[in-house]
Amino acid sequence: MKKPEQSPERAPEKTPDQSLVDRRKFLKGAAAGGMATLAASAGAIAAAQPLAAASSAPPAAIPAPAEGDAVALADVLTTDRPGSDFMVDVIKALGFEYVASNPGSSFRSLHESIINYGGNKSPEFLTCCHEESAVALAHGYSMVEGKPMLSMVHSTVGMQHASMAIYNAYAGRAPVFIIAGNTIDATARRPGVEWYHSALDAAAMVRDYTKWDDTPISLPHFAESAARAYKVSMTLPRMPVVLVADSELQEAPIAKDAALRISKVTLDSAPQGDSGAVAETARLLVAAQNPVIVAGRVVRSDAGAALLAELAEALQAPVIDQGANLPSHHPLVVQRAAGLVQDADVILALETEDLWALLNNFRDQLHRSYKPVANKNVKVISIRTGDLYIKSNYQDFQRYTEVDMAMAADAETTLPALTEAVKKLITDDRKRAFQDRGAKLADARQKALDQQRANMTYGWDASPISLPRLSAELWAQVKNEDWAFVGGGTGQVSPEVWNFDKYYRRVHGGSAAGVGFSAPSAVGAALAHRKYGRVCVHIQNDGDLMYAPGVLWTAAHHKIPLLFLMHNNRAYHQEVMHIQRMAGRHERGITRAGIGTTLQDPNIDFAKLAQGLGLFAEGPITDPKDLGPAIKRALDVVKRGEPALIDAVTQPR
Amino acid sequence: MKRSPLGLLVFLACAVLLTSASRGAFAQSNGAAPKADKPAAADNKAAAGNAQNGKILFASVGCYECHGRAAQGGVAPRLGPHPLPLAAIIAYIRQPTAEMPPYTAKVISDAEIADIYAFLQSLPDPPKADTIPLLK
Repeated sequence: MKKPEQSPERAPEKTPDQSLVDRRKFLKGAAAGGMATLAASAGAIAAAQPLAAASSAPPAAIPAPAEGDAVALADVLTTDRPGSDFMVDVIKALGFEYVASNPGSSFRSLHESIINYGGNKSPEFLTCCHEESAVALAHGYSMVEGKPMLSMVHSTVGMQHASMAIYNAYAGRAPVFIIAGNTIDATARRPGVEWYHSALDAAAMVRDYTKWDDTPISLPHFAESAARAYKVSMTLPRMPVVLVADSELQEAPIAKDAALRISKVTLDSAPQGDSGAVAETARLLVAAQNPVIVAGRVVRSDAGAALLAELAEALQAPVIDQGANLPSHHPLVVQRAAGLVQDADVILALETEDLWALLNNFRDQLHRSYKPVANKNVKVISIRTGDLYIKSNYQDFQRYTEVDMAMAADAETTLPALTEAVKKLITDDRKRAFQDRGAKLADARQKALDQQRANMTYGWDASPISLPRLSAELWAQVKNEDWAFVGGGTGQVSPEVWNFDKYYRRVHGGSAAGVGFSAPSAVGAALAHRKYGRVCVHIQNDGDLMYAPGVLWTAAHHKIPLLFLMHNNRAYHQEVMHIQRMAGRHERGITRAGIGTTLQDPNIDFAKLAQGLGLFAEGPITDPKDLGPAIKRALDVVKRGEPALIDAVTQPR
Repeated sequence: MKRSPLGLLVFLACAVLLTSASRGAFAQSNGAAPKADKPAAADNKAAAGNAQNGKILFASVGCYECHGRAAQGGVAPRLGPHPLPLAAIIAYIRQPTAEMPPYTAKVISDAEIADIYAFLQSLPDPPKADTIPLLK
């Protein structure tokens, strides 16, 4: 083998033993020299690079270290002030309540510092059985609290497990703060597994779907980047961030005279729409005969909901509420967009994620096609923070929508100015017209609700249990509690029955529809609600729970009170329908769509599964008459502070 | 959105609304099935259908996937009781105008659809909403 030629500036070759001595000197220097020396460590690592080339010499030329050499060099074996202790100081300063993690050796020092130096309080360690569960749990927490939870993931393998949940958080615009362990210094890695668990750029694999990441090389760098990461994560649109904590940085002692400081974090105020555009929007809305407000995820509190209601009520305009913004029984909330969009002359789209789908009717047949739904003369106005941030690779931004006016701004922050401008323009004539419009909308809404209630009676006593029956049975048991519905969307409960009268009744945010998200995000949301004493309930899909059911154990272990009510249709039913569609289209085998898409033979006994993971559980329940009493028994357990599960065998959808 | 008269026949067997992940799609598709005011002439043909076989077919050929096992509606509309005329149902199954996938005679015959139709006709009326305590 030809030896590589040396460049003139190349450092003299060293033996591995000499490298160890150099490394030891570096560590001692770091301990004595504090921050200045720590900063120099980057240079030291860089200067050591030529040694890698030297190692390309034939193995026979490298003298094997004598047994005991490493021990002889390690004259200091303990430290009471590892770098990870300072990292805990930083983490505490950022106000994290919890850190959700599956343990991993690349952050072992930080793990130990959190539970011992930090007292396992603020943050408290949450033991998770999968990194995807850990990050999704943090995501669910953020949907309630509107701020990040910390999650630590192991380098490479842990990050790979976490990546799906990170993508869900990215698509859901959720702030999640992830610290990934990693070992940058190749000469510091333990032989064997640690090499598989190290990466040159540990955050690279999730960079397409995180807002920001950094790999600090010193403790001051860690402190500053942690502050930046938190701020970036919380700036609209909110998203996950990653900080890579080098294992050597965690484990090396902090110099006694190190001048470390924690950076102050001041969150950015949200951007408001341009005043001229706001004024023109108000003019169009007041003049419109059939204005429609489309609300994505607009509000972040009951106060925000009141702002949106004030605008809608001033105009007596219907709100197509796609983002669980207004109380669900508000008279101006409409469940169905059809007709309204067609007749609209002005559409105000607030924080909409897929406005195109509202304005067009897409048909998924052999030749995919679409037709515009809206009136061709309609004026469409958009206010959204989504226009402030976009990436290329993952296509979460939906189809480009042509609009007449666009404000890259926060809709909630813009609402007060817009409402004020609207109110100033309303004349007595317009006020009367608005009142007439409001009366018609209220009448139509009541008729629609009555019709929906009548629709619920079909299949009422069917077995498997219908979703409307499941929804009504659950509502009957929680309606007199201070309740919150957590986990996946509220699409499985009947808006005609459930009265989401407060902001916190529902989780706020979304995901990339990556299956496996619902269960852990429900646990995270329930954890956030726990300190407020709310009774949390969740309708849990069977296929979703089977991705990582270990999160049930996490809920039991940490006594997170939550009712899992299984929507157990024994299938990945969306996929059943896709295969059915293809079979019909291909004119063959329409009885075979269940192959590869159903969860039967054997049927999964979710009650036994949950019991084995430490939960109170009952089921399978197939007779709808048995459901209400079972839910009541389970809620008694939940109200005592523990999770419980009821396995209801249900209709497909 | 305006629907053509034929478009209203979306309330038919085996429709698959694969865009139904959103609540909006669910709500839009879960409306009440229009009732046929008078039995159509084609309904006479349904009398020859075998309701028991129709119930089996309703499950095996996948109608239940979108319409529910009791035809009560799900991501696609309710089909029964009181279904639309059989001729209209057959026409729509062969050439749907909305989201429902087409099912040609190659995969389901007119006779089999007639059996399903008989099953839909045999479904009992549900209780009134105001008689159900949970819906009051």
